[in-house]
Amino acid sequence: MIAGSRGNGGACVEEISSLMQGFAVALTPFNLLLMAIGITLGVIIGVLPGLGGANGVAILLPLTFSMSPTSAIIMLSCIYWGALFGGAITSVLFNIPGEPWSVATTFDGHPMARQGRADEALVAAFTSSFVGAFVAVLMITFMAPIVARFALQFGPAEFFAVFFLTFASFIGMSKGSPFKVIAAMCLGFALGAVGLDKMTGTLRLTFGHDELLSGFDFLIAVIGLFGIGEILTSIEDGLKFQGAHAKMRLSSVLTTWRKLLPYWATSIRSCLVGCWMGITPGGATPASFMAYGLAKRFSPNGKNFGKGEIEGVIAPETAAHAAGTSALLPMITLGIPGSPTAAVLLGGLMIWGLQPGPMLFVEQKEFVWGLIASMYLGNIAGLIIVLTCVPLFASILRIPFAIIAPVILVVCAIGAYTVHNSMFDVWMMLVFGIIGYIFNKLEYPLAPLVLAIVLGDKAEEGFRQALLSSQGDLSIFFSNWLVGSIMGLGIVLLTWPLISGLFAMLTRRNATKLADSGAAGE
Amino acid sequence: MHEHEPASDATVVSVRAMDIATALALMALAIIVMLECVEIGFGWSEAEGPQAGFFPFIVCAALAFASLINALQAALFPTEDQHGDFVSIPGLGRVALVVAPLAAYIFAIGYVGIYVASALFIAIFMMAFGKIPLVKSLAVGVGVPLALFFMFERWFLVPLPKGPLEAMLGY
Repeated sequence: MIAGSRGNGGACVEEISSLMQGFAVALTPFNLLLMAIGITLGVIIGVLPGLGGANGVAILLPLTFSMSPTSAIIMLSCIYWGALFGGAITSVLFNIPGEPWSVATTFDGHPMARQGRADEALVAAFTSSFVGAFVAVLMITFMAPIVARFALQFGPAEFFAVFFLTFASFIGMSKGSPFKVIAAMCLGFALGAVGLDKMTGTLRLTFGHDELLSGFDFLIAVIGLFGIGEILTSIEDGLKFQGAHAKMRLSSVLTTWRKLLPYWATSIRSCLVGCWMGITPGGATPASFMAYGLAKRFSPNGKNFGKGEIEGVIAPETAAHAAGTSALLPMITLGIPGSPTAAVLLGGLMIWGLQPGPMLFVEQKEFVWGLIASMYLGNIAGLIIVLTCVPLFASILRIPFAIIAPVILVVCAIGAYTVHNSMFDVWMMLVFGIIGYIFNKLEYPLAPLVLAIVLGDKAEEGFRQALLSSQGDLSIFFSNWLVGSIMGLGIVLLTWPLISGLFAMLTRRNATKLADSGAAGE
Repeated sequence: MHEHEPASDATVVSVRAMDIATALALMALAIIVMLECVEIGFGWSEAEGPQAGFFPFIVCAALAFASLINALQAALFPTEDQHGDFVSIPGLGRVALVVAPLAAYIFAIGYVGIYVASALFIAIFMMAFGKIPLVKSLAVGVGVPLALFFMFERWFLVPLPKGPLEAMLGY
């Protein structure tokens, strides 16, 4: 609280000067080159089926082992921005969402392309993505130091409460069956628990297999579940691409930009939705749907949504990017990633020898501010690259799937091998791929599964340390207002499907009661 | 009429059956883990606080409970979607045609190294799946592993499994 009581003005100046130092770190020719490579790779990953932000970054992670942590995270985060941009290209031109968060973009983006307005839809999508990301980075710049300072006072109980809130919000915000979310999540926790127990040094759940001593690596799970699983799903449908062509002229970029200006209210609303859903791990996908729904409701052209309304492209793209970017805020300040891709980046931090969490802002100032500065630069570079190279990226999708699929599978296998130089991991990748395929079809969500594997250890540690210090008294999780309110919010979210169900039932009953009494009165 | 029946009835398994099977498998897994947790200790110890099996035990209890509900839901109150097919026969065939070569590929990596195995896998996959001419398949099959070789072994210095061919060439 001592640090927090400083004047806001002073804090702001400090952040801006730190950011300037960050720009100095990020703006070396080598890092700029990495940014361009990262964005290009990211767009390709976003365009290709079977490769997404999370497993794309996971596969390329080993290539960064020899770089400095700052350069490495600049390249990997740029891959992430690129993947976010790339999803829009396939949605608009081919009606195939390259990423789950671009599903909502297909609703109006593809009809626009069919009307011959593909360039307009793409410019609108890219620009909105950029705006969403930019607002989220601004938010991170000024919020992250405050959150980190605040989190320095966290003890094990508070950390467990935040983990609890993270996972509870997956259950509360799920669209499908909450029990499938719980099952997927608990499977993740169980997989994460395999191997050496760090607190007591006990071996557990290895069932006598030496390969399991170090546990399941979530990077393998990410490559298998998202990469192989998605290829299998695409293959089953006998995938064929049929798309619209796009040419990008400077004049159409400028006229589209002029058209976007009147939609500033939709932009701001979508940014808010995105930032909120990104920080609380709702994620980019629900954020994009929510923003689309809100835009449809508030727009005077609401009934034209789905027929090629430009506002229907702006809203989901802005929100998806704002959410995807804000997911990095809890990752760098608390060490709790808001999305699977952020989790992979977090795994990278640990491999490069950095301990994510509030201390990062104190001990690794240069790294953190270099990363934040690279978010500004990466998004600007991304916008320029995607606007100029759309035809090139679209042509990737015209390569027959029979060529793309085996190459992606080979790249996935290499990626899985390089994590620990182990063939066992490559076999595990295949197993996770089949699980991913089945879970996808049965609508078990994969994101909470992956996050549970990553965060299971830390959540468990917080839980056990808190209980150890309280001698087994569970009331430690409600012992002060801070931990109590986080836990309380978590419990509300956890029981949200139940609460909203009851509420709907009550209002229905009241309505029928009113109708009954009305009938009796007559 | 009879010859049309197999095509229209080409169901392997319904979504509902698959939902139940998956839930039961997860439940079995949860019970195995819980038994293991009982063995390593899942209670309170004075020195360590909660023991090593404590957290996995709770988590797997939740997994077993959630899976029980998922199984009951699919068995007793199936939704419209759950009556549909999990996979069609041609779809299953296509999936099997990817999984089997992929398993063979991973198996082969241990013997001939990742580069030779990848070349064979890509070329055979292209010919069998895409009916792409031999020359083009071989060109892509050789080109991609070659590019990967330079990227990993030369530029990024990440060694990948190598076999007799690489040994012959002095790597």
